[in-house]
Amino acid sequence: MQATTVLYLVVAAAVLGGIRLLSSPHYARWGNGLAAVAILAAIVLVMAQHNLLTTSSVLTAIAVGSVGGAALAIQVKMIQMPQLVALLNGCGGAASMFIALAEASSPLASAVLWAATFAVTGLAVIVGSFTLSGSLVAAGKLHGVLNEKAIILPQHSWLTVVLMAGLAVYLVAGALSPITGIGTYSLILLPFSLALGVIVTVRIGGADMPVVITFLNAASGLAASLCGFVTENALLVACGAMVGASGVLLSHKMCRAMNRSLLTVFLGFERQSSQGQEQEVAALHSHGDVGGADPVGLSVELLRDAKDVIIVPGYGMAVSQAQFKIWELAQALEARGARVRFAIHPVAGRMPGHMNVLLAEAGVPYEKLFEMDAINEDFKRSDVGLVVGACDVVNPAAINVPGTPISGMPILKVYDSKHIIVCKRTKSPGYSGVENPLFYHDNAIFLAGDATCTMLSLIDGLSISKSDGENGDE
Amino acid sequence: MLVIVFLVAGLVGYWAITKVPSLLHTPLMSGTNAISGVTVLGALVAATAAVTISSTALALVAVALAMVNVVGGFLVTGRMLAMFKGKKDKGTA
Repeated sequence: MQATTVLYLVVAAAVLGGIRLLSSPHYARWGNGLAAVAILAAIVLVMAQHNLLTTSSVLTAIAVGSVGGAALAIQVKMIQMPQLVALLNGCGGAASMFIALAEASSPLASAVLWAATFAVTGLAVIVGSFTLSGSLVAAGKLHGVLNEKAIILPQHSWLTVVLMAGLAVYLVAGALSPITGIGTYSLILLPFSLALGVIVTVRIGGADMPVVITFLNAASGLAASLCGFVTENALLVACGAMVGASGVLLSHKMCRAMNRSLLTVFLGFERQSSQGQEQEVAALHSHGDVGGADPVGLSVELLRDAKDVIIVPGYGMAVSQAQFKIWELAQALEARGARVRFAIHPVAGRMPGHMNVLLAEAGVPYEKLFEMDAINEDFKRSDVGLVVGACDVVNPAAINVPGTPISGMPILKVYDSKHIIVCKRTKSPGYSGVENPLFYHDNAIFLAGDATCTMLSLIDGLSISKSDGENGDE
Repeated sequence: MLVIVFLVAGLVGYWAITKVPSLLHTPLMSGTNAISGVTVLGALVAATAAVTISSTALALVAVALAMVNVVGGFLVTGRMLAMFKGKKDKGTA
């Protein structure tokens, strides 16, 4: 037992150290390796301790899981990262759920049990299965298997509340005066918890996905921790708590970046948009396009003379896989002597940090990727703000127009740039449904179309003008 | 005792995670996915302790699912982190 305690302390410390190393992009890989080695070593040691190293059923289960995990990790494309994380959240929840059910169905559990054992096991089943079904719905939506739009059932909010209350009541009442064994008790909780996961997540769509993924990440950590309580394993409790803390922190960041609360996202107090403001914004439509007949040509001219360019990527960039061409354009601009930086809004994309991964994939050095707060005041000194497939995160209505769903949400101040170029498929509003006045701004050029195609024509335009000047060799 | 472990680990974990830049939030999430795979230890113990067929089966399914997290999570996190390069790394490449 002593040896186990020491082992657990070492593993917990290594995991914590691994997370700490993630604070620097340079050492992050070591952190990941450290945590991986610690956990794999713990698995081998625990197996040795319980004489499982030659048990074929256990080895088969480990092999199946490892191969499945490796296949997922190797094949996944960077744009699919949100659904992979959602799926892994679900696996974690499911593992905890099955452990709790296994413990509950073992005959030992039929002995005299404390109410606390009932409650903790029941809670592990609830959180685990909620995480499982919720994550599967989220992953399905992100992967396009399910409709990504929010599906709202009649009386949806009430249904959620009643189901949650019912589960809570049964959890407590069933534990205090058990009329069934703990196995049956857990089985009764199971279908309702699974249903709750589905009901909570089907109503969430599009740009609210980051909140759901981070929340389910927290839930999977909590489930692992509860599992530790059920199996009386301190390491599980500790690691689960760290994962839970991470999920909570990220959910909080996502909500703050959208100026929404978890309650409004999950229980869905309807988004209000008032007619008056829509007209106010609609009045902007009367402004003609600055781009005129040849918006691409004009954009190329602007970019050619620009000394300081800030690029704002959004989900549209991810969909079009335009990160590679954007980096090509950025390099072309840098070759002309311009300073190019990327401004990343916390909720750009479908999960926290998604844009950074995609840009890193294209080869953009991380020194050029800036958080919102680090770069927002620099827009006013920039020559061109280039928006690629982003909408709500650059919508000045969030600041200027009160009463819209995004009012109060912090945005990237692209409107401060001397010139604005927006690449987007259409001028239609983003996920929030609020019209974006930036597209009609006096200094804005709107380039309609797919981001990759637009980038290509800008790169072409630049290389032509380059060869004009320098007898280009391309 | 376990409650204290929960609270301490939660607080220390929270502190460590506040230091992670938003640049690396996606690898952080996949990394925590992998870490939550430590439930495999609980599943292994449950598999040893299990005496009925159903509880053994449940524990083995849990072992497989948790291993998906451990292996998949760490591998994909490593894949992503390998892409994050600074200017200096570029120069030597």
